[in-house]
Amino acid sequence: MIEQTVTLAGARLTARGSGALWWAERRLICVADLHLGKSERIARRGGALLPPYETRETIARLAAEIAALDPATVLCLGDSFDDMASADALPEADRAALAALARGRDWIWLAGNHDPAPHGLDGGRAETLALGPLTFRHAALPEAEPGEISGHYHPKLRVALRTGTLSRPCFLCDRRRLILPAFGAYTGGLDLGSSPALAALIEPDARAILTGAPCVTLPAFRASA
Amino acid sequence: MPDIPETALPEPFAGWFARRGWSPHAHQRALLARAADPATLLIAPTGGGKTLAGFLPSLIELGSAPAPGLHTLYVSPLKALAADIRRNLEVPIAEMGLAIRVEDRSGDTGAAARARQRVDPPHILLTTPESLALLLSYPEAPRLFGGLARVVLDEIHALAESKRGDQLALCLARLRRLAPRLRRVGLSATVEDPPALARFLGPETRLLVADPGPDPDISILESETPPPWATQGARYAAPRVMELIRAARTTLVFINTRAQAELFFQALWAENAEALPIGLHHGSLGREARARVEAAMARGELRAIVATGSLDLGIDWGDVDLVIQVGAPKNVKRLVQRIGRANHRYNAPSRAVLVPANRFELLECHAALEAVRARDLDGAPRPPGPLDVLCQHMLLTACAGPFEAGALLAEIRTAGPYAALSRADFDACLDFCATGGYALRAYDRWRRLMERDGLWQLRDPRRAKAIRMNVGTIADTETLSVRMKGQFATLGEIEESFAASLSPGDTFLFGGQTVRFESLREMVVEVTKHPSKDPKIAAYMGTKLATSTRLSHRVMDLIADPARWDGLPPHTRDWLATQAEVSRLPEPGRLLAERFRRGGRWHLCLYGFAGRNAHQTLGLLVTRRMETAGLDPLGFVANDYALLIWGLDEVTDPAALLSPEGLREGLEGWLGENAVMKRTFRAAATIAGLIERNLPGRRKSGRQATFSTDILYDTLRRHDPEHLLLRVTRAEAAHGLVDFDRIEEMLARVSGRIDAVRAPHVTPFAAPLLLETGRVPIRGQAEARMLAEAAEALMAEAGLAR
Repeated sequence: MIEQTVTLAGARLTARGSGALWWAERRLICVADLHLGKSERIARRGGALLPPYETRETIARLAAEIAALDPATVLCLGDSFDDMASADALPEADRAALAALARGRDWIWLAGNHDPAPHGLDGGRAETLALGPLTFRHAALPEAEPGEISGHYHPKLRVALRTGTLSRPCFLCDRRRLILPAFGAYTGGLDLGSSPALAALIEPDARAILTGAPCVTLPAFRASA
Repeated sequence: MPDIPETALPEPFAGWFARRGWSPHAHQRALLARAADPATLLIAPTGGGKTLAGFLPSLIELGSAPAPGLHTLYVSPLKALAADIRRNLEVPIAEMGLAIRVEDRSGDTGAAARARQRVDPPHILLTTPESLALLLSYPEAPRLFGGLARVVLDEIHALAESKRGDQLALCLARLRRLAPRLRRVGLSATVEDPPALARFLGPETRLLVADPGPDPDISILESETPPPWATQGARYAAPRVMELIRAARTTLVFINTRAQAELFFQALWAENAEALPIGLHHGSLGREARARVEAAMARGELRAIVATGSLDLGIDWGDVDLVIQVGAPKNVKRLVQRIGRANHRYNAPSRAVLVPANRFELLECHAALEAVRARDLDGAPRPPGPLDVLCQHMLLTACAGPFEAGALLAEIRTAGPYAALSRADFDACLDFCATGGYALRAYDRWRRLMERDGLWQLRDPRRAKAIRMNVGTIADTETLSVRMKGQFATLGEIEESFAASLSPGDTFLFGGQTVRFESLREMVVEVTKHPSKDPKIAAYMGTKLATSTRLSHRVMDLIADPARWDGLPPHTRDWLATQAEVSRLPEPGRLLAERFRRGGRWHLCLYGFAGRNAHQTLGLLVTRRMETAGLDPLGFVANDYALLIWGLDEVTDPAALLSPEGLREGLEGWLGENAVMKRTFRAAATIAGLIERNLPGRRKSGRQATFSTDILYDTLRRHDPEHLLLRVTRAEAAHGLVDFDRIEEMLARVSGRIDAVRAPHVTPFAAPLLLETGRVPIRGQAEARMLAEAAEALMAEAGLAR
């Protein structure tokens, strides 16, 4: 089980074990919260020194998904950069790697709270994007129309097994919306069981799709430990 | 000692001794006779008056009209010891009318006093290795230490076993360079290899071994009823221990871990009907709480102290007449040193009682007793000086002033642990200090040294402050202070990992009382008093010392030789005999591998006798190999004698899992991802200054530090596997928490002679392991299988299944 299928507002979507969402009908791959340049930003602000390789790792994982699926469109759901300065400070090698991935495809950057303004990287920009029955935006709106796809919360789920608990990033989906896990490395996460704000967004019968191997679907609230 | 030179004490010393009715011990006179020697190591049992012996030559040389300037430096592992010695020295100095100024200096000394000491030092300065390293990092160091005549290193046996000792040896080398006429004296308790300790003290060291005194009087607390299968707390023995305390004048009760000390202390109080004054002392208690107990003990107000290793060193209490060791002795040398704390008068036998907490420990107590009687001490030789400590030393040296690489290397090689340091390793350390290493060279913050005109110096002199803040080699566990709600004083500290596992309302034992967890804010755990006598959680982790190789072998020999079982109580003999019947007894030079089915799972029990840490590592390695072989392991648990693994399938060929090549490969490969290795790396990275333990003005929370070092570790493993600190981490993995050397020792001892037994049910030896705490679940295929099953079941239950 490396992926799970979900249907949202009539669109058949595939939640990948990697944390990416694949819309086969439109050949569109969607990822949330890359947080590129996170270590650079923390170091710049005088915090803990994380090595700069996490950006490269995130791009490498994205490249693997692109190689596997060959999408026509790559859609980043905001917070693609940890802040505006880290977009400018992106090392040349990473910039080139992104450009190579984008070659021959449409690349769309949605705005997030970490990267609200335009940055110099190639690709289109938007606040929200409506495609067919679906609407893509960075953070879910409580009163959104059915068919909303968003990121922002970095959802995770803790599951109790006979051998102890297990915690993994997850997709959350109900009839109206789907929330993606963060795709970036070292981005942490928000546990559904301990976040009322996140829990309030989804319905009681929502499902969680755990990333990783195996990629499985669980009832979000019933499984939460 | 055959050739004691009869050195008469000069006045006023002779008169002072005579007025007190004292006469110097032979070794005190001998040390005085050798006062002019460049270096002496005095080995005497606890209570032999070592410290006074160390100071006598200084007091006599300084006399009534000393010249100004630092004459003698005294280094002890404990701050409290330095302060205590100062008070003890002040008495004879005052009574003999000597004009000698004695001061102590530690992290607790005020900034103004410390600054003054650098300018106007006392004649005798008492300090710790860390404070000495700091003093040496100031530009004034050459002037301060230039006239130093003597250095006295106390409790050197304890220091030499850790990185603190390696750092001290480097500081000693520096001192010898600054003060070429410096004489060194080391004071040590009984050790297994005195010449090795002499080498630690540097070149030209002569040994002086005092009369070890009479054999101790040791017994094992035997009871009619067998000790429990697996508890470590020895609660069952509390009534008997209380009887022993009542019958003795003053008793020291040693227990292996802090959590057990808390539990046993509580159990003792439950038996303490007449409310005898009994105190508790362990490293997690606040400094004030510990000082109160120590002071009460010194005044003779306590009948007993329940303590952990926190009392292994330190103040001599003359009237302790009984030492009780609760739980496995683990290490014969430490046992001997602990026993030496009873009857602290020279030439009186020490009295001690060993209290085994479970059946295996009973065997270990018997084996340890035999070893003490045979004067067969254990101890592994220290590996060569670690490079992380060397990096810190280089940085601190640069803080004092520019240095020339060749001269520094020559100086470092005069330090015992670094005598064989290669030029290549030295250069690697220098490069790390200058660039941070290949993978990190892009960061300015890690480029700290630069070479100019052949001299290495700080790239940015303002960094000196941060480097000094990072001094020391004691690995911090991330701890949080514990405070009673609404009060300011700190009760003590608990590990962050334990604090993180608490929810409001949980109760735990701390400082002998049950407290209720209320909240965690800004690195402080707030608790309230809670009347419950039944805490839900039994305190915190603490380090677990593994039983020494020597002692493990003795236990194995005892088990394998029924002729020697006569000394064992009947219930233990029965237990051994039943094991031989149901399965077989482990034999020296062979490895018993039992398997049996229980509760729907297959169990595999390997009797490695390699100590808890090595068994833990072996558990990780073997279950990983089982995972690859599709044997779906679910978890394992280890104690000092064996490793128990359980899983979904039967292991029919245990030998296949234990090939030395496969295990070594595992260590190199995936074990690198293990949390224990990460912890090892974090300690090394902190010491070498890659991460800072105390940022000026703010404190990083332990979790943040863990996060960033784990990432650093992963990064270096991927992009710079030969990075200096990864080399240090791998070298450390040979012993300590990973203890791979002991796995190697076991494999060499066994060399393929594996006795595979399929038992009809759980065996007498394996039963204790089923009750052992610290089970490690395996997150592998078996878990994936269960996750998939759980997902299916939950979806069906929720009516969401398609």
